[in-house]
Amino acid sequence: MSQDAAYTPYHPRWHRTRVSTWWWLGRGSYFLFILRELSSLAVAWFVAGLLLLIRAVSAGPAAYQQFLASARLPAVLGLNAIALAFVVLHAITWFNLAPQAMVVHVAGRRVPGWCIAASNYAALVVATAVIYGLLTLTW
Amino acid sequence: MSDRITLRVARYRPERESEITFEDYELPCPKDWVVLDGLNHIKDQMDGTLSYRWSCRMGICGSCGMLVNGEPKLTCATFLSDYAPGPLKVEPLRNFPVIRDLIVDLGDFMGKLVRVKPWIIRRVEQPLSDGEYRQTPDELDEYKQFSMCINCMLCYSACPIYGLDPHFIGPAAIALAQRYNLDSRDEGSAERMAVLSEHDGIWGCTFVGECTKVCPKHVDPAAAIQRYKLQSAIDWVKGFVLPRAAQ
Repeated sequence: MSQDAAYTPYHPRWHRTRVSTWWWLGRGSYFLFILRELSSLAVAWFVAGLLLLIRAVSAGPAAYQQFLASARLPAVLGLNAIALAFVVLHAITWFNLAPQAMVVHVAGRRVPGWCIAASNYAALVVATAVIYGLLTLTW
Repeated sequence: MSDRITLRVARYRPERESEITFEDYELPCPKDWVVLDGLNHIKDQMDGTLSYRWSCRMGICGSCGMLVNGEPKLTCATFLSDYAPGPLKVEPLRNFPVIRDLIVDLGDFMGKLVRVKPWIIRRVEQPLSDGEYRQTPDELDEYKQFSMCINCMLCYSACPIYGLDPHFIGPAAIALAQRYNLDSRDEGSAERMAVLSEHDGIWGCTFVGECTKVCPKHVDPAAAIQRYKLQSAIDWVKGFVLPRAAQ
């Protein structure tokens, strides 16, 4: 709003600075925020992969083998590696933010923030161990 | 440590400029001077036309918020010696229209603040003869953190969402709404939720978290907003699963 409008003493001519399209490159924390927002695409990628896997399993051995073959393609492996990095970022950033959003009282006392974050990490470790156990268990 | 510092101060004089310009001032840098002392020195000794807001000099009034080397800071709590020999850039708060030099217009926030009704609302006031509304220390602790807000606007200046969408009601207004919602004497949370659950209310926040980082009073507005979202989501689920109980 820095147009050449006539200035009058009793009606200030404001100056408005336009926000740059590249505002998120201006600070490390803004950049990390954008990466965290982008990480939702990685989560969607894994969900889509899981749904395709379920469909292949339900369609029979041939479809399952075809799914495995496509999952071994270098491009898919590369995308999965990038998506994994984003999902780890997604988990860590949200786990660290959880104490700000949650106020938990136990026996009338407020649970410290680090306990809430630690419980999230503990749940991740347990879930990972269970899934790893299921995958490697010899039936 | 250098005994002089250069302040690169943003100037905007609407009667003669259409853009912000910068002027350098070299001034003494005693170790107990804050940026505000430097600005006062410029105004008293070097250039009386420099315009900026200040009042208490002790982090209470919230009027001397500016960008110091691009960071939203209270200039009364930012020591010059930490930046010597400079140049130290001093600019008006980001995301607000600049009226003159380092003075921004806060009218937008003032309007939003009133909308969230930051006062105790009672359905029925109890008579004076019943005495005061009593509160336990635990009940005070529930909201005390959010009551420390001094409306300095550093959080709005750090929030990219407010910069991109000026309709967003913003961190301080939501934190102050939460301050009254969490007050055991208040009964107005439903009225505030009507405002805050709008598109430009709590759901506009994407949890960048910068508001909390820059807050000089450790209010943690980001936490207030996320707790509001969580409570709102729980209320919605309760209303969906148990519609009669939620009424």
